[in-house]
Amino acid sequence: MTDEQGTSGAILVVGGGISGLTAALEAAEVGNDVFLVEKNAYFGGRVAQLNQYFPKLCPPSCGLEINFKRIKDNRRIRTFTMTSVTAVSGGPGNYEVTLETAPRYVNSNCTACGDCEAACPDEMDNEFNFGMNKSKAAYLPHEMAFPRRYVINKDALSEEGAAAVKASCKYNAVDLDMGTDSKTINVASIIWATGWTPYDPTKMDNLKFGESDAIVTNMMIERMAAPGGPTNGAILRPGDNKEPESFGFVQCAGSRDENHLEFCSYICCMATFKQMTYIRERYPEAKIYVFYIDLRTPGKYEKFREKLMQDENSTFIKGKVAEIIPESDGSVTVVAENAVTGEKIKQKVDMAVLATGMQPSLSADGAPVTLDTDPSGFVNSNPETGVLSAGCACRAADVVTSNQSATAAALKAIQVSRRS
Amino acid sequence: MDKKICTYICTGCGIGEALDIEELSGVVTGEMSQECKTHATLCGAEGRAFLENEKKTEGINTFNICACSPRVMQSEFDMGDDTITIRGNLREQVIWTAGEADEGQEESHKEWLQETASDYVRMACTRAAKTELPEPWEMESMNKDILVMGGGIAGITAAVEASKAGSKVTIIEKADVLGGKANGWAKQFPTSYPYAELEENSIGAMIAEAEADANITIKTGTEVARIGGAPGDFQVTLKAAGTGSEWDAPAKVGVDEQDLIDKGEMEDPNAGLKPYAEANEAADPFGAVILATGWIPADVSEYEHLGYGSNDKVVTNAEFEVMAKDGKLEGLNNVAFVMSPGAEENDEDFPYANSVTSMVALKQAKYVRESNADAKAYILYQHMRTPGNMELFYKGVQQDDGIFMTKATVTGVEGGTVHAKDTLLGEDLDLEVDLVVLAAGMVPTTRDANTINLAYRQGPAFLDLDLFDGYADSHFICFPYETRRTGIYTCGGVRKAMNMQETIDDATGAALKAIQAIESTDRGVSVHPRSGDKTYPEFFMQRCTQCKRCTEECPFGALDDDEKGTPLPNPSRCRRCGTCMGACPERIIGFKDYNIDLIGSMIKAIEVPEEDDDKLRILIFACENDAYPALDMAGMRKHKLNHMIRFIPVRCLGSVNMAWIRDALSAGLDGAMLLGCKYGDDYQCHFVKGSEIANTRMENIGDTLSTLGLEPERVRSESIAITDYDKVPALVNDFVDEIVELGANPFKGF
Repeated sequence: MTDEQGTSGAILVVGGGISGLTAALEAAEVGNDVFLVEKNAYFGGRVAQLNQYFPKLCPPSCGLEINFKRIKDNRRIRTFTMTSVTAVSGGPGNYEVTLETAPRYVNSNCTACGDCEAACPDEMDNEFNFGMNKSKAAYLPHEMAFPRRYVINKDALSEEGAAAVKASCKYNAVDLDMGTDSKTINVASIIWATGWTPYDPTKMDNLKFGESDAIVTNMMIERMAAPGGPTNGAILRPGDNKEPESFGFVQCAGSRDENHLEFCSYICCMATFKQMTYIRERYPEAKIYVFYIDLRTPGKYEKFREKLMQDENSTFIKGKVAEIIPESDGSVTVVAENAVTGEKIKQKVDMAVLATGMQPSLSADGAPVTLDTDPSGFVNSNPETGVLSAGCACRAADVVTSNQSATAAALKAIQVSRRS
Repeated sequence: MDKKICTYICTGCGIGEALDIEELSGVVTGEMSQECKTHATLCGAEGRAFLENEKKTEGINTFNICACSPRVMQSEFDMGDDTITIRGNLREQVIWTAGEADEGQEESHKEWLQETASDYVRMACTRAAKTELPEPWEMESMNKDILVMGGGIAGITAAVEASKAGSKVTIIEKADVLGGKANGWAKQFPTSYPYAELEENSIGAMIAEAEADANITIKTGTEVARIGGAPGDFQVTLKAAGTGSEWDAPAKVGVDEQDLIDKGEMEDPNAGLKPYAEANEAADPFGAVILATGWIPADVSEYEHLGYGSNDKVVTNAEFEVMAKDGKLEGLNNVAFVMSPGAEENDEDFPYANSVTSMVALKQAKYVRESNADAKAYILYQHMRTPGNMELFYKGVQQDDGIFMTKATVTGVEGGTVHAKDTLLGEDLDLEVDLVVLAAGMVPTTRDANTINLAYRQGPAFLDLDLFDGYADSHFICFPYETRRTGIYTCGGVRKAMNMQETIDDATGAALKAIQAIESTDRGVSVHPRSGDKTYPEFFMQRCTQCKRCTEECPFGALDDDEKGTPLPNPSRCRRCGTCMGACPERIIGFKDYNIDLIGSMIKAIEVPEEDDDKLRILIFACENDAYPALDMAGMRKHKLNHMIRFIPVRCLGSVNMAWIRDALSAGLDGAMLLGCKYGDDYQCHFVKGSEIANTRMENIGDTLSTLGLEPERVRSESIAITDYDKVPALVNDFVDEIVELGANPFKGF
């Protein structure tokens, strides 16, 4: 990029998940200058936490690898991690945006050799793995992390830890005095690609998340199933590490519910079918019970559903879960009514998986600036103002649809650049 | 470019401690006869300054960086467009995968490690010597206009959106008017919160916008006869819709079929048509093409129990929409909407349905209610598919007390009676209605016709459409616009049964991809997945034997040929995977920085110790997309890899020429493996066919080896996923063990 501060036609993409990466790359490969801003220490967003995509059952890191390579090969994209937008002023064609970068405490001298992690005595909950294991306070967020540069969580660092980490680095990359960095850029348009956050399961009192280790979320299953996850790919009940013999999938955990998320979260039915394949791979005999309202696997997803519904050890119950009851033996009982037969069901399972919905991140975390959103918190895309949205910041969607929307947003942004 | 090469060995990250750097430098300056310098941290600010100074004061323009993996520190070692950077991977692939020495083996461990590092340095030096600076390929004539095939919502959107970005667009539509299916819609789905009310049909406004746009040329009553040429210079022959032309795209005729035709044993399917490679002087030039020819209503007469075709009270959703549009719903007091064919134990939707079909049933139930306040609509579904915000529309329809919805298995329709069981009402149902509407699906136009009508060596249609039931969809979740025909993008109903909002997004994205393909072609660089790559395959035609392997095997149909079978490359169709290079038995295809000689020389640079069963050498070609990153991560996780392995990254397994395997074995290496992406129906190969083709070639080379008296087990092809970093060590180490069992290559030393 020619100008650090941006050029008149530059595009700002907020969020470096699959939608943000796609929007940024597609615009840059047309020839536009792009700023790509991500609040985490790494790019890849939500999909980086997934073990596989449905229905191909391929790892998301495969596509991320290509996208990261595209970024490395493209000088039109300037990337910022640990960075948030704090202020926006101006108008279409000429926005002034203030970016704030939180301290990484590791500077660009880092070679990613890993000595600091080895030397660090302090541990903390591994957020990337939903707290299911610990990481060091000096850490690489995950094995595919791009940029491949370490991060230090100063809050989790003891005094001796700080000394050890600093002493371990041969390259003078540890800088514990680093402060917040602020800069202003000029852009023609802004694409919000801030994605989604798993709906907080503790908000559904009846589902008792947190009251039993046997109740987990679908995103936790993704991390367990991932080879680089907290259990190196084993699906085990947190707490006692039991190999579950039965699973209950609780669909629409927070979705299609006026008290929680009134929309349908689009992906959870397919995600459950996908996670059934994870279970089958590990436990060919385990019993699986799926409690659902509708099985939303339209179009080409039908084949995937049909294949998995052939599974002899799986039962599908049309009925919303009323309650989950933790049992003293570590298991839980899932209570529901079968909508077709009217039968009341109490199914004891070793593990209950909440298919938690997707909440727009801007509504879960609060938007940093005033944005035109709908009551659910999705950002309305406005080509006239040059404030656009893509992917799940715009509406609940699967990865394919998110990428289509991100590619479309990239063109909308280019139009703003070209008319100004 | 007059190359001035220098090798820089980084001693950081433990490289300096683990290896004898002086000896390693000696390899460079001695047997490789290149300059060599070392540095404590090449990637740091000081290292960068040092390298920049080397460029400035020493005139170095080819930097051979022997340090970490080529997957990291790219920008740190990018010394500018006028320079070449080569990477030797001493960190991830040597010291991080060395493991601990076994008890009492410390000395030999160190020796093995040094040997491995020396080989990677030798290979990097060779690569530096053999790599040339690429110059982008320039089109002779460049056209930047976009052709949009199909004038429905998708086509109009693609055209208008491309125009807003400054492109000139031609829309061709086979009907006499623009608008497509949308012309028949009474109303359309809500597009904004609270997603409650149906919206007025906007197609008229969309058509007016396209017609008023000075950048857009509209040709109705028009079809494509054929598309020849390549991105940046497609040559499109148009014709009046429904007519035949001598320029119609010829069917693909294989070598065997041509043989039969020549013998008069088969009718020539292309009789009367111009040969595919013939240029039409009257063709219109375009830079890129968007296919938006949409869908046709699916035939539902196969479901006899539903009576479509025999019972005049049964219509399809498409027919009902026209009735609503024409105001012919009067007198309908009870209408049933059947969303799944039902019958046996089947809870599928109708074929080619999607969530849009659920939405259409809801919309049409509202029509019934709006036309007559006393009318009732019954929606019988197996699974109500209203994902995302469409749920809000569904919820709104539920509030209407004249619309009844239930899950139900429809067992039959007799006259005006709909029989259903397994309902939410707890009993079997016999509904008396005036009309039954079936939620028929939307069949993509690409299922039954060539549609895109390419005049390409590999035939007129998109390939492998049966994998997607005839939809011209991408197989890549991450890259939904990828097709196997560069510069041609699809959108709308040819990809998926979709609603209007999805269609508009999709078409806008396709417009971007078309513009991007044109801009990339204009810059002479590749599009996805090797976006920005300036290299392209160059052919030494004098030695071509017209074997046609390159033209057959190119996954993207980039190569046409002349009557003799000599390939006619179209660099702007090319994705730079190198499958042609891998295919060529004459080894006449290569890239400036990646060719038969370059990799062959790297193989020969590997030092092969005299017969010593402890020092076998196993070569592994690792695909740089998935396999190489998996190996890198194995290194990051400090998994031990056998010290007898040498890895060479390749663009795609498809680019691996069997000459390299022969080179390796005749040079005395003891085994060779290809490590690439998964193939098959759920392929993960970024070049679609590369790993599959490589696997076939490897099966064949096994036979060749047998005839030479070499065990076919010495070569193998494996596919892994990028996440197989914990599994790949066992995979490759086991292979080494098997080679050790076989013993040293008997050709060693010859």
